[in-house]
Amino acid sequence: MRISPKMATLLTLSVIMLIAPFFFPSAYYFRIASLVYVNALAVVGVVILTGYAGQISLGHAGFAGIGGYACALAPVYLGLHPAASVVFGALASGVMAWIVGRPILRLKGYYLAVASLGFGILVSMVLTNEIAVTGGPDGMKVADLGLRSWLSERGLSLTNGQFWYTITALLLLAGAWLALNLENSATGRALRALHGSETAAGTVGIDVASAKLTAFIISAVYASVSGSLIALMNRMITPDIAGYMHSIEMVTMAVLGGSASVAGGVFGAAILTLLPQALTSFDQYEQVTLGLIMMLVMIFLRQGLLPGLASLLKGRGA
Amino acid sequence: MTLLTVEGLGIQFGGVKAVNDVGFSLNPGEIVSIIGPNGAGKTTLFNMISGVYTPGAGKVTLAGEDVTGMAPFLLARRGLSRTFQNLQIFQSMSVLENVMSGFHLRERGSVLADLFAWPTARRRARAAEGDARKLLERVGLERAAEREAGSLSYGSLKRLEIARALALDPRLLLLDEPAAGCNAVETEEIDHLIEEIAKAGTAILLVEHDMKMVMRISKHIVVLDHGEKIAEGEPAVVSRDPRVIEAYLGAQAKDKAMGEEAGHAEH
Amino acid sequence: MADFMQFALSGVTVGAVYALIALGFTIIYNASDVVNFAQGEFVMLGGMGTVFAHQAGLPLPLAALLAIALTAMIGIIFNRLAIETARNAPVVSLIIITIGASIFIQGVVQIVFGKQIYRLPSFSGDTPIPLFGANILPQSLWVIAGAIIVFIALWLFFTRTMTGRAVLATSNNRLAAQLVGINTNFMMTLSFGVSAAIGALAGVLVSPITLTSYQVGVPLALKGFAAAMLGGMGNPKGALVGGILLGLLESFTAGYLSSHYKDAVAFIVILVLLSVKPQGLFGTKTVNRV
Repeated sequence: MRISPKMATLLTLSVIMLIAPFFFPSAYYFRIASLVYVNALAVVGVVILTGYAGQISLGHAGFAGIGGYACALAPVYLGLHPAASVVFGALASGVMAWIVGRPILRLKGYYLAVASLGFGILVSMVLTNEIAVTGGPDGMKVADLGLRSWLSERGLSLTNGQFWYTITALLLLAGAWLALNLENSATGRALRALHGSETAAGTVGIDVASAKLTAFIISAVYASVSGSLIALMNRMITPDIAGYMHSIEMVTMAVLGGSASVAGGVFGAAILTLLPQALTSFDQYEQVTLGLIMMLVMIFLRQGLLPGLASLLKGRGA
Repeated sequence: MTLLTVEGLGIQFGGVKAVNDVGFSLNPGEIVSIIGPNGAGKTTLFNMISGVYTPGAGKVTLAGEDVTGMAPFLLARRGLSRTFQNLQIFQSMSVLENVMSGFHLRERGSVLADLFAWPTARRRARAAEGDARKLLERVGLERAAEREAGSLSYGSLKRLEIARALALDPRLLLLDEPAAGCNAVETEEIDHLIEEIAKAGTAILLVEHDMKMVMRISKHIVVLDHGEKIAEGEPAVVSRDPRVIEAYLGAQAKDKAMGEEAGHAEH
Repeated sequence: MADFMQFALSGVTVGAVYALIALGFTIIYNASDVVNFAQGEFVMLGGMGTVFAHQAGLPLPLAALLAIALTAMIGIIFNRLAIETARNAPVVSLIIITIGASIFIQGVVQIVFGKQIYRLPSFSGDTPIPLFGANILPQSLWVIAGAIIVFIALWLFFTRTMTGRAVLATSNNRLAAQLVGINTNFMMTLSFGVSAAIGALAGVLVSPITLTSYQVGVPLALKGFAAAMLGGMGNPKGALVGGILLGLLESFTAGYLSSHYKDAVAFIVILVLLSVKPQGLFGTKTVNRV
């Protein structure tokens, strides 16, 4: 049986997720790997928006902020279970994306970039300024998900690191599966078509504005769930999650690895999450490196690293 | 019953009348050609009928409904489909996917079904794929199905675009220079294809420079010059019209002097 | 009433800075259709450059001139190395390139000059001048005068000089401009140089009032951009009016509503504008040709 690209991506991802823990030198690495998966989840959303549909958002951290703070606030104010808060945050993000995106996505070019950027900054401003509710710049505590103790009562005891590794890995797999399903569906094809030519997409009956809006909402939900996971995993949250730099990082991860495919996005997320960990004195040079990577990749490897590497390997093989 | 009626259609760009007061009509299964020298406003007229430009004046009626200035995707839903003079292909998608996108209106369903790959979504996709392969066979591109569209030759892309437009099963098909850049064999193939489509009941509006083809397959010809209709009628009548000959031959002589590129600068 | 005047005056001052930044956006946008997200870094470089040249012993005017010249050079280099190389790239790529440049420049400045906040001495002292029943800082007058002079100079340049018209022609249709003998590469270089210089000038003028550090660029760029959109992208008159209007809106918001959300005004303006009137106050709709 021939393996479809979709199955290949999912299998590779699962194998890596299963094998990686055997090579972790310390428990700390479970946490780093979980961060990779959480970031990758958000980036898969960016792949749908930017890679499939060719639209760029510079405010996706705003949705991560909504998802994150939903987990912090909904249990306190609405009495929701943290897990339900994740869903609540995702719904709220979807609705916000609809409100922000609906008027903007009729326009072409850089308008979405600017509008989303404005939206992201507004969210982070509210989170920073409404100290009475959000705790301001210092952030606030987040309730325990409770699932780990539930599991250990039933005989499955995991360390905190192992637990979050499992949760984030499973959710990333689910997210990747959904995005890959979408890629080769009517909706996904419509998105990739309008990416190629909005005019032609219109002539085959694709409602370009509403297709873009669909992509924007779906990707907002990805960012939101990713934000929720960060909050639940860290048991606390600060407005940084909604910051401009976080938005930029998401986009950069996607385009660095190759935003056209889920595999590329995940690859980019892994590199940009691991790089700062690998270079201990990286802190001071983080910005310079990030900026340089963004420029170089877009100028010389517009398709991203993964497609670039793939074509290099193909060239060798032939 | 008349399928398409165009009345008094006009548009200006920066004060210049690109198309002025053009009218004609079209019946199901009929092939009508729009001819005229470069810059006569043929593509602009196409763009207005197909909703890419909003007309400044006039009215477009499709099957009895006023569709003036309606967005292209809504016109597609009413059975109007088109190709482009300068090709609008989804370059990074495969040849097959390009044609499948033409089945969008038939294939689309709920986004949730697509996300979760529910059986309904997979069934829709399979049906679209099967029909797309049939269309590729019809235009002779079945062996290129899995290739990236961007890697095809110009002539093949022209046929791919026709296949994609046919996927909509249109009542009215607008073809903007389908044979431009094709060799004699390819032109003849396209020629046959167009007649076949018309025979199946689809009305065809054609802009084409290949006069042999136009004269042979059109039932009716509309001649534009400087954005205005200067003549219309059966091929035999139009080709003898002194105004047409003057506008056409005069301009053609000029065109020859200026080179073929001028064709791409027209709007 | 005195309050109102005071808010109005400070609004016009800030607005003049936004107008300068918006004008910088406009020039690059007109020449290349690129929305330069690194525009704010030019402002930052102007201010920081002057601070350090001044600290190194240069007299203030000379330090400012040096900083502006250096920033213009950086703008030109940026165009040559990044924008020209990536010609024909899709909008998404160009946006990422200019954001990358913005982050890169910030990073370099942070490594070289550190994260401290710096102050530049005012050009003509700090004694407030009474005006319409309120007070205005002499430095504010410098800022406002700077914006007006740059606007007039640009307006004359684009409407009265061959070079200015050539820049506009380049943006309208690069190929056609080349065919009629315009050196389009030079026009791009010129636009980035001039735009960077204007940004740097804004930085020099405003630093005595607002202080400066490696990260002042991004918020300024965003507000300048909001101003440019408010006026209508690509329109110098729009940039000027949009800048002043945004400055006033911010100042009144801070004065009468909430100083916390003063910075939110620009983004609310962007969001509302894009929903209601995306072409801005003075912009025109464009036809997309196929």
